[in-house]
Amino acid sequence: MAYVARKVGFVGTPETNPETKPFFDGAKAGKLMLRRCTSCKKAHHYPRALCPFCFGDCEWEEASGKATIYTFSVMERANPPYAIGYVKLAEGPSVLTNFVDCDFKSLSIGQAVKVTFVPTETEGVTMPFFTPA
Amino acid sequence: MSLRGAAYIVGAWEHPTRKAPDKSIAQLHAECAKGALADAGLTKDDVDGYFCAGDAPGGLGPLSMVDYMNLKCRHVDSTDVGGSSYQVAVGHAMEAIAAGRCNVALITLAGRPRSEGQATGTAPRPGNPAAPEMQFEFPYGPATANLYGMCAQRHMYEYGTTSEQLAWIKVAASHHAQHNPHAMLRDVVTVEDVVNSPMVSSPLHRLDCCVISDGGGALVLTKPEIARSLNRPRVKVIGVGESPKHQMGGDVDLTYTAARWSGPPAWEMAGIKPSDIKYASIYDSFTITVLMQLEDLGFCAKGEGGKFVADGNLIAGVGKLPFNTDGGGLCSNHPANRGGITKIIEAVRQLRGEAHPALQVANCDLAIAHGTGGALGTRHCGSTVILERE
Repeated sequence: MAYVARKVGFVGTPETNPETKPFFDGAKAGKLMLRRCTSCKKAHHYPRALCPFCFGDCEWEEASGKATIYTFSVMERANPPYAIGYVKLAEGPSVLTNFVDCDFKSLSIGQAVKVTFVPTETEGVTMPFFTPA
Repeated sequence: MSLRGAAYIVGAWEHPTRKAPDKSIAQLHAECAKGALADAGLTKDDVDGYFCAGDAPGGLGPLSMVDYMNLKCRHVDSTDVGGSSYQVAVGHAMEAIAAGRCNVALITLAGRPRSEGQATGTAPRPGNPAAPEMQFEFPYGPATANLYGMCAQRHMYEYGTTSEQLAWIKVAASHHAQHNPHAMLRDVVTVEDVVNSPMVSSPLHRLDCCVISDGGGALVLTKPEIARSLNRPRVKVIGVGESPKHQMGGDVDLTYTAARWSGPPAWEMAGIKPSDIKYASIYDSFTITVLMQLEDLGFCAKGEGGKFVADGNLIAGVGKLPFNTDGGGLCSNHPANRGGITKIIEAVRQLRGEAHPALQVANCDLAIAHGTGGALGTRHCGSTVILERE
């Protein structure tokens, strides 16, 4: 079952939540941005101002974009079908995403994937998706 | 101080409708309230505590429904944790009754997603962009069925669970639904029927999913003194637990549900163990939901759920753990896309000896009703209620 591009929805704008705007600025420039705690040093996702592990202050960093598939599900009922999943980033956190530019039947848990960027229906908003490495 | 036995369920009523295009949501709530109060032998004027969740129409929690039903309350609670809200409400009502904040607590649920044409499990619904996760999830099309599909896929990978094992859960529900004249799906199905039904979101087939229905239900709880004065079999609340589970900052683990956390306090309060349970109502939005909750509530070891549910083990009169004898969400109804209250209502029927004669569990004195609200694949609440026939 081959990937066919679908319309990618978005709600609000990157300005809706000033806390996370740098994530979308990064994605627009082809960078997967991640938050890391300056206190406990742990990275997290989705991005927050305060560390969800210790409430410490966090900084932005660019992630490697390397990940492995934790799980996935192909929504065959949709037209076109699409594949949702979690990938575990090399930096640690698991991230909800879709898989693109691949045969959905070839997806497997543990498979190596890399980030790619797909525009949404909202002008100027691009999101990180993943594809086989 | 343990709250064990501080409240009794004295009224339980399920709306018979499965499609109600000519009724309003508020009307359905009120009809359920009337039914449950009549079942208890109480009246509207006896109610002094009202409990509802996000399905109650109106923007300010309980206010619109309290106004519509013209209730005079001294305690209200509208904790909304999706389909698990009603198990949570039983616990909160028991606490309120024990604290003297109310004497007669009314809980209602109602909705009509079927009449409104909702594609409940297959179309992502955009929410408030200010919800902190929304912009990081909605673009990826989270549509309920695929959020549970991800859990099933991981469970299969970790433990070797099969689609055929999941199918046994639907098979058991269908064996029960054939006796329920109100059930939407009354045909008995086989494992082959389930695994050969169209794929919705892998690895979940159409028959792994619950129905979309209109309807509702209501419960009435009260303190022991009032319960003893009523001419109804007494169903005592002996254990409650609630807990949310989520993505844990990115440490995602989809192999277990919040039942792992809501179960232990409920078992401890009740002073019983899973093997003591005669009948189990287990939230069944999808087959995988049932399998994972059974593991997490301790009915079998983690990873053994597939073997536990297979070969008819959940069928009343056949297996060791009769479950969802009304047909559950998988076959009977899932009003307002929330199956929590119907789980409790069928448990009450079993404890009273009022289940369908073909499915009535003999000497049914201990039952569990567990709810899950939200989505196992992102964030959800688990809520556990353990009940005893006195």
